[in-house]
Amino acid sequence: MSHLLQTTFVPATSPSLRRPLTRTTHYPTRALHIQSKIREIFMPALSSTMTEGKIVSWIKSEGEKLSKGDSVVVVESDKADMDVESFYDGYLAAIMVDEGLSAPVGAPIALLAESEEEIAAALAQISSSSSAAPAPDPAPAPAPATAPDSSTSNDGPGAITGVSSASVSENFSSRSSVANGAMGSSVHPASEGGKRVVASPYAKKLAKEFGLDLRGLVGSGPNGRVVAKDVEAAVAAAAAAKVSASGAALASEITKPSGGGTAVDLGSVVPFTTMQNAVSRNMVESLSVPTFRVGYTITTDALDALYKKIKSKGVTMTAMLAKATALALVKHPIVNSSCRDGKSFTHNSNINIAVAVAIDGGLITPVLQDADKIDIYSLSRKWKELVDKARAKQLQPHEYNTGTFTLSNLGMFGVDRFDAILPPGTGAIMAVGASQPTLVGTKDGRIGLKNQMQVNVTADHRVIYGADLAAFLQTLAKIIEDPKDLTL
Amino acid sequence: MQASISLSLSSSSPITRSDCTAVANAYLCTPRSLRFCGLRREVFESKSLNSFSVSTRLVSCPRDSSFKKVCAALQSNGTPSKGGFDYDLVIIGAGVGGHGAALHAVEKGLKTAILEGDVVGGTCVNRGCVPSKALLAASGRMRELQNEHHMKSFGLQVAAAGYDRQGVADHANNLASKIRSNLTSSMKALGVDILTGTGTILGPQKLKYGKGGSGDTVITAKDIIIATGSVPLVPKGIEVDGKSVITSDHALKLEFVPEWIAIVGSGYIGLEFSDVYTALGSEVTFIEALDQLMPGFDPEIGKLAQRVLINPRKIDYHTGVFASKITPAKDGKPVIIELIDAKTKEPKGTVEVDAALIATGRAPFTQGLGLENINVQTQRGFVPVDERMRVIDANGKLVPHLFCIGDANGKMMLAHAASAQGISVVEQVSGKDHVLNHLSIPAACFTHPEISMVGLTEPQAREKAEKEGFEVSITKTSFKANTKALAENEGEGLAKLIYRPDTGEILGVHIFGLHAADLIHEASNAIAMGTHIQDIKYAVHAHPTLSEVLDELFKSAKVKVNSSSPVVQPVAV
Repeated sequence: MSHLLQTTFVPATSPSLRRPLTRTTHYPTRALHIQSKIREIFMPALSSTMTEGKIVSWIKSEGEKLSKGDSVVVVESDKADMDVESFYDGYLAAIMVDEGLSAPVGAPIALLAESEEEIAAALAQISSSSSAAPAPDPAPAPAPATAPDSSTSNDGPGAITGVSSASVSENFSSRSSVANGAMGSSVHPASEGGKRVVASPYAKKLAKEFGLDLRGLVGSGPNGRVVAKDVEAAVAAAAAAKVSASGAALASEITKPSGGGTAVDLGSVVPFTTMQNAVSRNMVESLSVPTFRVGYTITTDALDALYKKIKSKGVTMTAMLAKATALALVKHPIVNSSCRDGKSFTHNSNINIAVAVAIDGGLITPVLQDADKIDIYSLSRKWKELVDKARAKQLQPHEYNTGTFTLSNLGMFGVDRFDAILPPGTGAIMAVGASQPTLVGTKDGRIGLKNQMQVNVTADHRVIYGADLAAFLQTLAKIIEDPKDLTL
Repeated sequence: MQASISLSLSSSSPITRSDCTAVANAYLCTPRSLRFCGLRREVFESKSLNSFSVSTRLVSCPRDSSFKKVCAALQSNGTPSKGGFDYDLVIIGAGVGGHGAALHAVEKGLKTAILEGDVVGGTCVNRGCVPSKALLAASGRMRELQNEHHMKSFGLQVAAAGYDRQGVADHANNLASKIRSNLTSSMKALGVDILTGTGTILGPQKLKYGKGGSGDTVITAKDIIIATGSVPLVPKGIEVDGKSVITSDHALKLEFVPEWIAIVGSGYIGLEFSDVYTALGSEVTFIEALDQLMPGFDPEIGKLAQRVLINPRKIDYHTGVFASKITPAKDGKPVIIELIDAKTKEPKGTVEVDAALIATGRAPFTQGLGLENINVQTQRGFVPVDERMRVIDANGKLVPHLFCIGDANGKMMLAHAASAQGISVVEQVSGKDHVLNHLSIPAACFTHPEISMVGLTEPQAREKAEKEGFEVSITKTSFKANTKALAENEGEGLAKLIYRPDTGEILGVHIFGLHAADLIHEASNAIAMGTHIQDIKYAVHAHPTLSEVLDELFKSAKVKVNSSSPVVQPVAV
């Protein structure tokens, strides 16, 4: 019995009903025979009239170390919210009853492991015994590992991985991770060149709630401080990007008809989740950004030829396109800037190319940082590493939310042209269509067959003007049509 | 005195319990209430005498024989008793403590004068509890109106609530002036001589006042009370410019509402200002030297308060750190706060904010009092006193006829504690021994919801129990089980009783919840009167009221002895 957790709180009930909290509730004897040092945390009886309790909030999260006397969970009884404290040192191995759910008094609500190594054993136990657990609310099973999507491996110019714009995986809960839209690293006095994040208390709170990494986020507050609306914008941008990618999701269902799309109850009305609400807000907000689009047709014969030549060295087409874009951005830094407050240019010091990748159930935007400075071979290796990490859902926040310019491609679905919605906080996004053999009339009066692709850039006209984009595209076309600089 | 602790205007003098406003009105208009005793009626008559001219005459010829005549006219304020003193009692400082003492002294028939070097009312009325209550009242409503969820649960709809900063600031300022004039008229009505200037003690029973220099007036008094109060404490390294780096003195003027303000210190003052600022839209960063926020509160109450007052609000905090250097904002740069570890003194980074409020406590204001003339050495500025507020000199001997009350002695820096100490001193000088039980003095923090306490905290009680070998029991009740609290949709709250199960003695009561500051008095009165739980538990509380939280608390205590009060004769109704 001594290994039961119990509250130190004396329940607050009417005097006649009061009784000190005792361990008289019929705990399953099973709890006594758990091998090793894994203890169950039970729903305590906070009052004699209490039959079940609702978990208001978990103060500690899974894997966190507990010391004797630490508050672990807040339980709402019929009378009051009470902190439940741990009587033991150890690690909170697994939460069996989530916040907002209820469990009868005496039912296990979590497992406590004595050491970090035993967390795994505790998790194994939960899966084997969860069916036997007396809790009416089944303990949520650990999220099944999702299989990586194969659609990202196709790497020809006509099938460059990715979908439109910066995005976030749907599998990530709104609490655990939301990638923000491509964010720059402009230098502001408060950040000491990005070494330190200066964010207001509420911004920090929001970021924690959304699982957003504040590093790399540029603030619109005084002295470049990150304020709440920057976090909201970043979250909304990430979520919005997901929506703008819905076309891609559709396409991926066409190519993978057996793909496990979640079943939708027809005729039902499903309220937005937090993230979807953010999307909705952002969709409306995006109307306040005056964007415009400029398209360009680029011949890819030379690029294709170069690709064939260096493919054996592990170079990918994505890396080549990212490199070409980065080299063009070096000459047109304005296209790498953004407008955050409606009053100023934010000139980003790095060229970070975010490339959208579809992963199972969503998409994410791994970022090739300093794509202009890194050679094509390293860039390709980096890209491979990022894609592997993305599939394993191990991308670190700075690996998906620091982009300054976004590449999006639907070419692999045969889409020849489209436009993308600009992720808030960035200046421009380039939509890349399929490279197709095209009959072309040349200046010397001949007709020939050339591989051509259409690109379409969406940009914020407050900072990037038509001539800027035109010049940028002209440079990009020159680089792609004469790609020898890519391998330098 | 903590800026945040509110006073009861009427102070503790039994006669004036009626409220100073009533006194003031009664004076200005025809006296409507004849429950004023004969003494008061004399006051009104004597008021026809211009008190200003009286004091001028005092200044010009203090030892003139005509002085006696003036005094004779001021019969309400008594005549100085034998011994040839100008006054029976002179109080240095017209804050809440001095005011309470003055009123009680007049009641006891003492010829009384009060010295004020600044404005009547002291810190509490002008730069502390009073204006802060006005700000809290306004911001509390703002917070409520902005809480859509809260409003919706009442079935109410409020469209975009907003506020006018100057309007809120004016409310605080107007309240302070109103209370100040109430205080002044309540003293004038009783014929207390209000003398302007700073006071300096020249020797035993002798002091001078004035603006310094040769124009000072020397007076003698049988007894002297020092009640000079305190000023905000600004640790070294911190540069206060009154604009971006401020103390409570400036903050109460609410000259601007910064987007992000750091509050150095998370005691009463800091906590109350965090309540004001977050309700008005600021974000707050606490900087606390101790390892935990809200030191000084009962740990359990502190924990709950943190969950309600800190965590859900736009507040973050650094604990275990000192602000070693604070540079005000200038040239477009923000306020820069350098942090060091409170223990190791290692640098712990910097914080850059729009403003910083220094709420690290208060320092006694005892300079220039002339304490050296009577061989008294202050300790960190505080005047050393014994349990009867008698001043102790450098040799550890009592200084006869000299007392010190309130923040200046540092015993309990609360406005109402100062007043209670003042009354205790007046009792002593008028021949009745009196020792104030500080454990019966309640304290309150006026956040939303409020925090209040009286007596010992749980750790203090357990320590005492260990030393003295008795048992301690704890019982708690929740506001969630209270009908009135639920009707207000304010079920968040806890009342905690610390007591001796063997005797039923109340050791401490701590309340966090709606109107906690008003609820605590049932417990503080019980402690002051020595009422035990087994007796008070039979007292009846109106239903449904918040006071039932305490009713339930007393009833839930398990005391091993039975009620001691005799059965009362039944009264027919």
